[in-house]
Amino acid sequence: MAPCNGHVLTFGLVKGHEQMISRRDFLQAGMAASALLGASGFGNWARVAARQSLSQEQLLDFRNFGNVTLIHVTDIHAQLKPVYFREPSVNIGAGDNRGAVPHVTGADYRRLYGIADGSPSHYALSSDDFAALARGYGRVGGLDRMATVINAIRADRPDALLLDGGDTWHGSYTCYHTAGQDMVNAMNALRPDAMTFHWEFTLGSERVRELVGSLPFAALGQNIFDAEWDEPAELFAPHAVFERGGARIAVIGQAFPYTPIANPRWMFPEYSFGIRDEHMQEMVDEVRGNGADCVVVLSHNGFDVDKKMAGIVSGIDVILSGHTHDALPEPVLVGSTIIVPSGSNGKFVSRIDLDVRRGGMLGWRHRLIPVFADVIAPDPAMARLIEAERAPHLEALGEVIGHTGSLLYRRGTFNGTWDDVICDALLAERDAEIALSPGVRWGPALIPGQAITREDIWNVTSMTYGAAYRTEMSGAFLREVLEDVADNIFHPDPYYQQGGDMVRTGGIGYRVEIDRPRGSRISDLVLLRTGEAIDPARTYVVAGWASVNEGARGPPIWDVVEAHVRRLGTVTVTPSNAVTVVGG
Amino acid sequence: MELTRRDLLVLGSGAVAAAGTGSLPAFATPTEDAIAALTGNVVPGEGVIALNAPEIAENGNTVPISVSAPGAALVALFADGNPVPDVAVIRFGPLNPTRTASTRIRLARTQNVIAVAQMEDGSFQMARAAVKVTIGGCGG
Repeated sequence: MAPCNGHVLTFGLVKGHEQMISRRDFLQAGMAASALLGASGFGNWARVAARQSLSQEQLLDFRNFGNVTLIHVTDIHAQLKPVYFREPSVNIGAGDNRGAVPHVTGADYRRLYGIADGSPSHYALSSDDFAALARGYGRVGGLDRMATVINAIRADRPDALLLDGGDTWHGSYTCYHTAGQDMVNAMNALRPDAMTFHWEFTLGSERVRELVGSLPFAALGQNIFDAEWDEPAELFAPHAVFERGGARIAVIGQAFPYTPIANPRWMFPEYSFGIRDEHMQEMVDEVRGNGADCVVVLSHNGFDVDKKMAGIVSGIDVILSGHTHDALPEPVLVGSTIIVPSGSNGKFVSRIDLDVRRGGMLGWRHRLIPVFADVIAPDPAMARLIEAERAPHLEALGEVIGHTGSLLYRRGTFNGTWDDVICDALLAERDAEIALSPGVRWGPALIPGQAITREDIWNVTSMTYGAAYRTEMSGAFLREVLEDVADNIFHPDPYYQQGGDMVRTGGIGYRVEIDRPRGSRISDLVLLRTGEAIDPARTYVVAGWASVNEGARGPPIWDVVEAHVRRLGTVTVTPSNAVTVVGG
Repeated sequence: MELTRRDLLVLGSGAVAAAGTGSLPAFATPTEDAIAALTGNVVPGEGVIALNAPEIAENGNTVPISVSAPGAALVALFADGNPVPDVAVIRFGPLNPTRTASTRIRLARTQNVIAVAQMEDGSFQMARAAVKVTIGGCGG
C-alpha cells in the first residue's frame, strides 16, 4: 500500500469515527422528517416552502476568484430529465479508506460538514428521510437545468472550461434506442471543451469511433491504448492545452482503467486501459515541459483510486473525479492536489475557480452546486432540444407499468430496494432459485406512491448487454463468484478495486467479513427459501443479467422487470437482512 | 470428508519427511525453490529493479509485463500461481544500454509475478507484482 492520506483525509477519518450517531441526532432527524411529512399533507405547501427557502440566485451565488474557471459534470448516465437520486446510506471503504470520505454517510456525513438536518444540503448529499425530503424539495438534475447553471457560470466567466467526466452516453431508454446520439446532440449544445470515457465503450468500438470522430471537442484518455500494440490509441488524445485568463491549462484525460474487466471486453477488443500511472507522470511532465501553468486531470478512476494516484504522480493541481458517483461539498487535498468529485445523474455541477499565474496554481475556490429542478429554471433552448430528442419515444416512455408503495433506490454497498425488485423479477419470471444483479451505481430513485413508467424501468436497467440469462451453478462456484466480486470492492488497495458495489443477490443470504483476505470473506451461504446451507456440490438454477461474457442469452432485463411489475401492480419491498456484514 | 487431528499429524509428518529427503528448505513453494536454485540460497535485495504489470489483468491469457533492471546481466521471471512457475530467463549483453524487456504471459489465476535479476557484480535483486485475474465484475 502506498501512503495516500492527506491531512484532510486523516481529519475526515478521525471525525467520521468519533462522531457516532447519538440519540439526539435521531430525534432531530425524526423531527425534520415529521415536520415535512406533516406539511406535505397540505398539497403543494411543502414544495412551495422549500422553493421559497431556496432560490436560483442562492444556488448559483459565487464570487469570481482568480483568472480561470473549471466546470465539471460527470456520470450523467443519460438522464436528460430531472430525477430523484438518493445518496447511499451504506458506503463501506476498504483498508485505509475505512471511515474516510466519501465513505461517510447519513448523520455522520452531515456532522462532518456541518449540514443541518432537514436542510437542502441534507436532502442533496445524505440519505436518511429521503422520501419525506424528496416530497419537499422535489427532483434534481435535468440537462436543461444544468444548462442554466453552466450558462450562469459562463456569464460570470465567459471562457470557463466545461469538462465532462464520462458515463454520459449510457443509461436511458432514448440513449439506448439512439445508440448515444441523443446525449451527443444535447451535450454538444452545451459546448464542452473535453470529455473522457467509460460506459461509452459498451456501444461497441465501431459506434465509439463514429461518435468520437464527430465530436467538436477533445476526446481524452492518456490510458486508452491499442490492445495489440500496447501504445496510445490514435482516436484519443492524452491531453489538450487551453489558454485561459492569460495562463496555459493542460487537461489530461483518464478513462475508467478497468473498462474491459467490468464491462464486456468483446465489444471493444481493440482497446486496452489500466491505471498507467507511469504514463500519467510522463504526460504531466510533458505538458509542464511545454509550459503548462496548471495541470488538471479529467478522471474516471473513481475517488479512492484518484486519491492514491495523487500521492504517486507529482505535479497535478486538480483532479476532477468521476466514476464512483460521490459528491462532497469541498475538495479533498492530497499533498497540493485538490480532488473534486461531482456526483452523478445530473444532480450536481461543480464550479472551481483557480488563481493561476505563470508556472503555478496559487489558490482555488470551489462550489458543488446541487441542481434542484424546482428551483433552477430550465434553459429554454436545451429544454426544446430534449423534448425533440424524446418526441419519437414519448408514448413508450410514459406508459405506466405499475406503482410503488416503497422507496426504490439502488446506491449502496449492498442491495438497494430497486435491486430487490429486479432480483425478485428474475426469480419469478425466470423460475430460478438464485438471482444475481450487477452492483452498478447508476439508476435514479422512485418515492412511495409514484407510478413506475417504462422509462423508470429502463433508467435502472438500460445497457447494450442486458440479456437476462438463466444458468446452472454449483454452490462452490457461486461462492467463488461472490468472493471474486467482494475482492473487487473490499481489496485494501484501491488500485485492485473496480469502483462498483457488491453484486446484488436474490434468494440467498450470506455473511461477508470485509477485512479478510481474498477468497475467505464469504461464509454462511444459505438458500433463503428453505433456510438450508448452500451445498458446494449441488447445482442451483441462477438467473442474472449484464454478463460480461459473449453469447449470454435470454430476454432483455427490462422486459423481465416490466412483466414482474405489471403482474404485481403495486410494488412493495420489505427491508432485507440477507447479508450480514462484519467489519464494515 | 473432515480432517481429524490425526490426519493433520499424519499430513504434517509426511511433509517433514519429504523435506528431509531433499536439500531444499522445508515447506518451500516451487517458485521459492526455483529462486533459491538461481541465487544459490542468497536472499535477493529489493528496490533496484522495477517490474511493471497491471493490477488487474484485462485478459489472463495475455498479460503484458515489463521489467527494467539497470545493471543486470540476467533476469528470470516467475509466476507463482501457474502450474509451471518458470516463465522466462532473459540475458543482457554488455552492450545493451537499457536492460529492459517486455513480454506477455499467461496467468492461470490471481498470483504474484516475480522478477529476479543477477547483477553484473554477481549480487541478486528482486521485484514482485500482484496481478489479479477476475471471473468478472460489475463496475459503476
